[in-house]
Amino acid sequence: MTKAGTTLTATQAPPPVVRLPRRRGIELALIVLAVVLSVYGYCAVGLARTGTVPPGAVGYGAGLGVLALCAHIAVRIRAPYADPLPLPIGVLLNGLGLVLIYRLDLETPHDQAAPTQLVWSTLGVGLFIAVVLVLRDHRVLQRYSYVCVVAALALLVLPILFPAVNGARIWIRIAGFSIQPGEFAKVLLAVFFAAYLAANRNALAYTGRRVWRMQLPTGRVLGPIVAIWLLSVGVLVLERDLGTSLLFFGLFVVLLYVATGRTGWIAVGLLLATLGAVAVGHLEPHVHGRIEDWLHPFATIDAGQGPNQVAQSLFAFAAGGILGTGLGLGHSVLIGFATKSDFILATAGEELGLAGLSAIFLLYALLVERGYRAGLALREPFGRLLAVGLASIVALQVFVIAGGVTGLIPLTGMAMPFLAQGGSSVVTNWAIVALLIRVSDSARSQYDGQVAP
Amino acid sequence: MSTYIKRASAFCVLLLVALLVNAARVQVVRAGDYDRNPANRRATIARYSQPRGDIVVDGRAVTGSVDTGEQLRYERRYLDGPLYAPVTGFASQLYGTTLLEHTSDGILSGTDSILSPLPLWNDVTRAQNPGGDVVTTLNADAQEAAFRGLDGRKGAVAAIEPATGRVLALVSSPSYDPSELSGNGEAVTSAWARLGHDPEKPMLDRAVRQTYPPGSTFKVVTAAAALDSGVITDLDEPTDSPDPYRLPGTTTRLTNETDGCADASLRTAFEWSCNTVFAKLGVDVGVRDMAATARAFGFNDDRLRVPFSVARSTFDTHVDDAQLALSSIGQYNTRATPLQMAMVAAAVANGGRLRLPYLVERSTRQGGETVAGSGVRPARQVMRPSTAVKLKELMTGVVDEGTGTNAAIPGALVGGKTGTAQHGVDNSGVPYAWFVSWARADDAMEPQVAVAVVVEDASANRRDISGGGVAAPIAKAVMEAVLGSS
Repeated sequence: MTKAGTTLTATQAPPPVVRLPRRRGIELALIVLAVVLSVYGYCAVGLARTGTVPPGAVGYGAGLGVLALCAHIAVRIRAPYADPLPLPIGVLLNGLGLVLIYRLDLETPHDQAAPTQLVWSTLGVGLFIAVVLVLRDHRVLQRYSYVCVVAALALLVLPILFPAVNGARIWIRIAGFSIQPGEFAKVLLAVFFAAYLAANRNALAYTGRRVWRMQLPTGRVLGPIVAIWLLSVGVLVLERDLGTSLLFFGLFVVLLYVATGRTGWIAVGLLLATLGAVAVGHLEPHVHGRIEDWLHPFATIDAGQGPNQVAQSLFAFAAGGILGTGLGLGHSVLIGFATKSDFILATAGEELGLAGLSAIFLLYALLVERGYRAGLALREPFGRLLAVGLASIVALQVFVIAGGVTGLIPLTGMAMPFLAQGGSSVVTNWAIVALLIRVSDSARSQYDGQVAP
Repeated sequence: MSTYIKRASAFCVLLLVALLVNAARVQVVRAGDYDRNPANRRATIARYSQPRGDIVVDGRAVTGSVDTGEQLRYERRYLDGPLYAPVTGFASQLYGTTLLEHTSDGILSGTDSILSPLPLWNDVTRAQNPGGDVVTTLNADAQEAAFRGLDGRKGAVAAIEPATGRVLALVSSPSYDPSELSGNGEAVTSAWARLGHDPEKPMLDRAVRQTYPPGSTFKVVTAAAALDSGVITDLDEPTDSPDPYRLPGTTTRLTNETDGCADASLRTAFEWSCNTVFAKLGVDVGVRDMAATARAFGFNDDRLRVPFSVARSTFDTHVDDAQLALSSIGQYNTRATPLQMAMVAAAVANGGRLRLPYLVERSTRQGGETVAGSGVRPARQVMRPSTAVKLKELMTGVVDEGTGTNAAIPGALVGGKTGTAQHGVDNSGVPYAWFVSWARADDAMEPQVAVAVVVEDASANRRDISGGGVAAPIAKAVMEAVLGSS
């Protein structure tokens, strides 16, 4: 803690008083840019496919623009100091996602996903506005941490009662809509972890017995959180939602490390993760197959069964090369099942190329960085942990699914934030951005008129 | 806590770098391998994403493309499919390409870099060249005359312009419609199975891919060897040959279909197709000179391309005298494609100089701009010019007063040679009827066409089969078509 101590002292030194710029104008300009880029993409698809600007371009642009504008106004009213970047990044990624899904819809005339995705995006932005307007102070959430964890576990358990879809029990279907409750559980669990660790971080770091060079925390403190974590991961393994269980694992380890500063936890976490992965990889045929596909993506070709999804995905990325084939001109639809959801990045990679893909990665990185920055700027542990947790969720999601479809790690089904088809995912990610806006507003407003950060 | 947040963010940076490096690996470093993987359908999709260029006969495209609206968008169509199938071959989404569709695939599909306006231009723009056209040397009238002449009977016709080597007609019968194989649906697979199992072998290109015993038409080669080597100096001098002729070293007696072959002159023997005379001539010339002449005509050469490959015509060089005697009358192991026999006639007609046959006149961009001309192939002196003059005389004699009178054309000088080839175990098969010939219109400087016809007429009465009766009228029709259109 010596290092953290010195940092604290440094920030407490008396600096000159400054007035922070609010930067809402920059946000508005970036939002306009994001909407223009999305509409441009939409037109590019139409021009490439039919030679004409698609008739829905004006409606699409107006819809996206109005949504983004409402969100912007909500931020102006209730979070004037908020970071100007997360909202435009959300708008751009969501808009690009809609363009990609619309583009893939052209290949599957009997399965139109873009309209549904647009409805969900509207709901997501609605939730964003609601959170920004209603939640005046993120510290309120700390009080509801146990409500959050109960709700999260309930949401995780709920799909077990519903039939499996494509081998995973992670969906519930109500009135024609299918919802993936595990997505919402991410945010709730992040709130709980942040609240619990913020409250107990000293006990976790300094109490308990000492074994050799490791300071073990008391079971009374560590017990509940480990139990909840194991419970959620266990449920996910039952539901075969490996991506999300990996995400929860990573989230837990990162927050535990940030809260206690003990490298030992990371070691233990990695050890457990490795043991778990090896065990699941050997025992679970589904996971075993995924690992085999990762190690030998072309094995099915050699066996004469044609390319599997990972191979098709690699073909799509390769076809894109550096500059891409251009929107609407690729053939990523060859991937087949889950092109619009898990494999949406392959379409981006093929049609926008390495250049476009890198730009998308950097957008996510920027979003994550703004989250971490808000965490650093805040003074109280709950807000810090919450910001780090939310940013880590985005980072881990992107890494797990992007790494999976590009062959870096074994494939685990997971939605690319904002880009992929999936209502629950879009809504959840808008909630994450809303909370980041709220946290960053607190982080920056606390200095306003007082001291420089 | 700030330190740990920074470390955690450093970890995120690490993840990002891993993603970017891996993306670069997949999209740049390994991209070529993935693009070339045969399981990657993108190349196939690109290939069929635009209409294929056309194969042109006499200024008219005999091919076309239809937009199916499917993933593999354009399918090949053939106008007069069965007529031109021995030239075009097929271009199938399932079974690949054959013949001209195969050898000119780069031009037709637009992938040949010769079609690019600038080098490397397409690599930068990712544009695909439109398919180019392939202009053939075929003469539509001759092709149709040959096809109509065969009238569904098993057989083949090849016609060449002697002075240039341009292939004027290439017909195989029975034929098939390559359109049936173009797409990728169930109809295509069943058509493929049906055509493949058809005992008539409609997909076999008999004009270039099937060899037959040439029978008496090979006597042109034997006569050329005899004249060139000096074994015969005077066409009308008696040849001192017995009838029947006992094959050297055996008790087998060779006989003739007609009388008057004993001691006949070369002219008489040629006009009446005396087996005994030519069997003995072959032995007199010797295997070395016989083989040399045969090789000069194109036998024993498996590198002939027109531009697709032509089956090797054979003249066995490891033979004893009895076998050489039989080889010299186009039996034993002597085998020839119809195109090879057309080359034999063409060499005679062209004063002993053989132009290798070719089928592609030029390749053009879409719109007609020539990107590659095929041009005339180099000539090869097959026999002495004086020998060619004598052979022409012999061949015109066959048509004027010999076995080939059915090929005579008013207003033209026609030379020919009939053949009836025995085949099968103990010659039990129905013989093949052959006719090779050339023709020169009276007002022309040199012969305009050389043609070879073979008919495997299984339905005809065995006695009726003779080159003069069955094959000569077809050859005549083809020659008339060429003379009429030139």
